[in-house]
Amino acid sequence: MSEIYFDNAATTRVRPEVAEAMRPYLDEMYGNPSSIHKRGREAKSAVETAREQVAALIGADPKEIYFTSGGTEADNWAIFGAVRANAGKGRHIITSAIEHHAVLNTVEYLVSEGLSATYLPVDKYGLVNCQAVEEAIRPDTVLISIMFANNEVGVIEPTEEIGRLARSRGVLFHTDAVQAVGALPINVRELGPDMLSISGHKIYGPKGIGALYIRKGTRVKPLLFGGVHEMKRRAGTENVPGIVGFGRACELAREELAESAEKTRRLRDLLIKEVLGRIPYAVLNGHPEKRLPGNVNISFGFVEGESILLSLDLKGIAASSGSACTSGSLDPSHVLLAMGLSHETAHGSVRMTLGKYNTEDQVRTVVDELERIIARLRKMSPLYESVEKK
Amino acid sequence: MYSEKVMDHFTNPRNVGEISGADGIGTVGNMKCGDIMKIYLKIDDGVVSDAKFKTFGCGAAVATSSMATEMVKGMPVDDAVKITNKAVMEALDGLPPIKVHCSCLAEEAVRAALWDYSQRSHVTIDGLREPVNDIDEHQPPEE
Repeated sequence: MSEIYFDNAATTRVRPEVAEAMRPYLDEMYGNPSSIHKRGREAKSAVETAREQVAALIGADPKEIYFTSGGTEADNWAIFGAVRANAGKGRHIITSAIEHHAVLNTVEYLVSEGLSATYLPVDKYGLVNCQAVEEAIRPDTVLISIMFANNEVGVIEPTEEIGRLARSRGVLFHTDAVQAVGALPINVRELGPDMLSISGHKIYGPKGIGALYIRKGTRVKPLLFGGVHEMKRRAGTENVPGIVGFGRACELAREELAESAEKTRRLRDLLIKEVLGRIPYAVLNGHPEKRLPGNVNISFGFVEGESILLSLDLKGIAASSGSACTSGSLDPSHVLLAMGLSHETAHGSVRMTLGKYNTEDQVRTVVDELERIIARLRKMSPLYESVEKK
Repeated sequence: MYSEKVMDHFTNPRNVGEISGADGIGTVGNMKCGDIMKIYLKIDDGVVSDAKFKTFGCGAAVATSSMATEMVKGMPVDDAVKITNKAVMEALDGLPPIKVHCSCLAEEAVRAALWDYSQRSHVTIDGLREPVNDIDEHQPPEE
């Protein structure tokens, strides 16, 4: 049974070129970039090359790229750092109801310490309304944190407009671009966020590495204290192999962006069209056009998501779900609920995220399997009886 | 995550379907937590002669419904009423902690079907109380 991996938003496979680039730094090039000797200098040079590669992918200056342990740390740092640096100005933050938990739970923690937060609602597609952002800004607002594109439903937020708005009102703007970087062309100069989070393992790089872009001149307090690494803003000996791999992954992503986005988008549209055309009572979640090239999120009526995932897994197909049963709680996805989906529809959602290693044949196999699986589960569902008897 | 037994009962669930002319039907669960179980019982001379189910829910919900219907088949109603979620879980070689809830639903679904039978047939079953048909996350798992 061949494996079909349709969960590229969860993580991606490290590209062979990336693993190749990392290998010497796991082996003989083991130096600490802070050391003065040859081993140290070569490690330092590798880190700085990677910083340039990351910067080039998003149109930043290398001095604006700070390596972190991943997207979660970048999000935590942006929020804690901005709130602490601006304690004199105020303690209000604006975010959206559909952020990743790395943002939501950080904000929630700060709220427990007395910060006040506005969680902007989204429309049925998951879009934040720019006017709502503007209306939420208060004199004591220190940060707006709204994701570039959503990890569950793939909706692309009006980041540029929000950035413009934030700048005109003198409020810092952070965007979690973990899902968007490498999938969409991003230029921070045009986009204008003050901070932007990136992750390595979503773009065929290694896990445990990411970066926070901090626009020159932006005041942000450190999250980690210690040595004078990362321009004195993020302490801790650099994860050199991770950084090198991340840099190489960014370089490859930049070279191939247009082509791979086009290919992925074509597979995505085929998958959506085939599933909706062949399986009754299936609806697409998220926006039809303002959507990440690899994201498909579909709710199947009368069946529950985890049952679908288990059935797919038995066929060697990896996907994910917004169903409660996969989230570690009994509540289904906060994103789908914020979009106004009923609990039933949210529980029946399946997310399939495509990437560079997926093929049209795989899409066709998955659609065939899904058709069988959904039919089998519906036969078992007490909710489907009334539909059958009509 | 799941034991082999759970996966077996999920992939080859026993007793899926409806019983026309069932003597007792019980439906429990709610859409908020995403599990709904409906159990049908056929009862002859105080013995469960057949049991079937339909379930909307996760792998554990399907497996516990399947196992619970297997367990009650052939049992006198006085014994069927005593089936606990713990017994269902043990028969499945255990469930992940977050799925204990599903076994509680299975226990409650059997009781709800027996309650329906007792109401319709004016039979008293020792130890049978009116079922909670809406077990949700606020219900502490029974030991």
